[in-house]
Amino acid sequence: MENIYLAIPLSALFGSILAGLFGRQLGRMLSHTVTILGVALACVLSLVVFNHIVLDGNTYNGAVYTWAVIEGIQFEIGFLIDNLTAMMMVVVTFVSLMVHIYTIAYMHDDPGYQRFFSYISLFTFSMLMLVMSNNFLQLFFGWEAVGLVSYLLIGFWFKKDTAIFANMKAFLVNRVGDFGFLLGIAAIYVHFGTLDYVEVFKQVPNLLDVTVTVIPGEEWSLMTLIAILLFIGAMGKSAQVPLHVWLPDSMEGPTPISALIHAATMVTAGIFMVSRMSPIFEVSDTALSVVMIIGAITAFFMGLIGIIQNDIKRVVAYSTLSQLGYMTVALGASAYSAGLFHLMTHAFFKALLFLAAGSVIIAMHHEQDIRKMGGLKKYMPITYWTSLIGSLALIGFPGFAGFFSKDSIVESVHASNLAGAEFAYWMVLLGVFVTAFYSFRMFFLVFHGKERMDEHTRSHLKESPLTVTIPLIALAIPSVIAGYFIDPIVVGDFFKGVVFVDPAHTAIAELKEGYHGVFSFMLHGIMAPPFWLAMSGLGLAWYIYLKNDALAHFAYNKFRWMHTILDKKYGMDSFNQVVFAGGAIALGKLLWRVGDRFLIDGLIVNGSAKAVGFFSGILRRIQTGYMYHYAFSMILGVLVILTWFIFGSKG
Amino acid sequence: MIPLSNFLILGAVLFSISIAGMFLNRKNILILLMCIELMLLAVNINFIAFSHYLNDMAGQVFVFFILTVAAAEAAIGLAILVVLFRNRRTINVQDLDEMRG
Repeated sequence: MENIYLAIPLSALFGSILAGLFGRQLGRMLSHTVTILGVALACVLSLVVFNHIVLDGNTYNGAVYTWAVIEGIQFEIGFLIDNLTAMMMVVVTFVSLMVHIYTIAYMHDDPGYQRFFSYISLFTFSMLMLVMSNNFLQLFFGWEAVGLVSYLLIGFWFKKDTAIFANMKAFLVNRVGDFGFLLGIAAIYVHFGTLDYVEVFKQVPNLLDVTVTVIPGEEWSLMTLIAILLFIGAMGKSAQVPLHVWLPDSMEGPTPISALIHAATMVTAGIFMVSRMSPIFEVSDTALSVVMIIGAITAFFMGLIGIIQNDIKRVVAYSTLSQLGYMTVALGASAYSAGLFHLMTHAFFKALLFLAAGSVIIAMHHEQDIRKMGGLKKYMPITYWTSLIGSLALIGFPGFAGFFSKDSIVESVHASNLAGAEFAYWMVLLGVFVTAFYSFRMFFLVFHGKERMDEHTRSHLKESPLTVTIPLIALAIPSVIAGYFIDPIVVGDFFKGVVFVDPAHTAIAELKEGYHGVFSFMLHGIMAPPFWLAMSGLGLAWYIYLKNDALAHFAYNKFRWMHTILDKKYGMDSFNQVVFAGGAIALGKLLWRVGDRFLIDGLIVNGSAKAVGFFSGILRRIQTGYMYHYAFSMILGVLVILTWFIFGSKG
Repeated sequence: MIPLSNFLILGAVLFSISIAGMFLNRKNILILLMCIELMLLAVNINFIAFSHYLNDMAGQVFVFFILTVAAAEAAIGLAILVVLFRNRRTINVQDLDEMRG
């Protein structure tokens, strides 16, 4: 099995290297073939591993290669393969494979075709390294590598100014998160003396009462500190408030990577990491409350922004933010299995929605404004139906994947007894309404109603080619059926031994107690408030955008201040731009003026030159050029020496 | 018998005159050369005086050498002076400040 584990990331890496370094020689056809084969191999092998690990009930934990031993600390490349890893591997490689296939059509005319394939294969490799890791160092490697690929791909169209701005922003915001993450790892290394997951988790109970002093006079629990630092890393990668600002802008990149990286896989790395670290998070109620509240804020307030967005991809992006918030809330409520379940279902339906949006964008000739679409249903039937499935899954319509995962999150937050759970419950409950509203607002505006595009675009409207529609269909299937795995994954023993839940945190246990099979869960769901909220959101969207669009204008005029707040994204972008970016520029200018120009250039470099010039200016007066002056000084010198010789030697 | 000190005083006086001539003279470079000659003569007087009083002939031998060298030096000096005059049309000392810093 070890060879198979090794082959999974390496096959993706192999494809990436071939397409990246030899793309010109290979040509387009061979480049995409080789990367797709690499990822397809990884996907098939992941399924084999899934079979071996999950169905046969094995786990694997071992080092493959030790690359350095420093003072007894082993830096290893190692794999920890258990149910969680196996699930992530299947999700990552499957979505990646779909996106690879989809890309053939989407990037068809792009001059950077081979480069794009190389990047997404490299991403697949990095993400696999991240999820398969058995130590913090490799986790960090994967973490940074996916960040790098994300940076490269957001700025894929590097001639576009907005794309460059967006990728810089993403990179910088992620650095903030990564700084916290690195500090967390450093704290673990200092106090645990090892970077191996299992070793660290083993020592957690011994270090419960350790406190550290970060600010003088403040004693903090070590475990809380570590958990929060690690979570800061997750906040950056999984785009939680206030480090979410990069994700909407990342939509500047090509749509396939919005689907793969910024919706389905990379952004869920934070969720994965927190679940992996559950033994650390579980011992700190404070950290869990922080996680839950941050998640709840993200889930609700980011959804609200989605309502007023007009760019088709940005609507989906804000929906991603909101859904990531849901997962985070679940983690905070100790319902790791619910969060991970939502991660999986979300990966499918969000990738589907993004790829469908991409399909619409292809048909609309790269027009992304939903106000200029409408009535696309009859031109693009496959995109229409798959989008409908994706949207229903997203809003949690009973029977679709999102229903099971989201309902179990809402239920478990309701059952949670941590501080902030009440707040989080209301946030996620209202979030359901908001989700349904913006999803179907977009859906109706794009596929129904009047055809608002210009005549030229309308005459060219047609369904996208097979390489686009096949991934759509392939993703639509799990978007429906993945939900039925709630039985083993959320309430079953899927994560037993992988995710640690403190018995005092009863959220998931209560959920299990109230669970009596899929159908009673569905029946119960139909009676519960989330379903009705979703339905009313859907209904409201239908009424406003299809029946009576005067209401939208009325609401817009009535609540203009609210629109402004949302349009400004609560002022967070401006705040960052002014305070952090502006502050950094001001600080840089200050250092440049005072430090560089005045102190170093003025005082040290030019100053010493000036001092030499000044003293030599004095000394040059001596150099008159008259022979008799020199002779005179010689005589004087002789006299002085003689005097000293005669009188000085006596004394 | 004239005491040694008289000779030495004469030498010192000659030396001082030559130095004074060198410093006080602002005009003529010829005088400068003559002052140098005078300086050498002052030294020669000292040599001869000591040679006589110490009964050592080496001092007088030195004087011959010095006279010879002085003659050669004067010849070269005058030659340089002539060239200088041709180039600069002046032998005024104060105009010769090419080396001024």
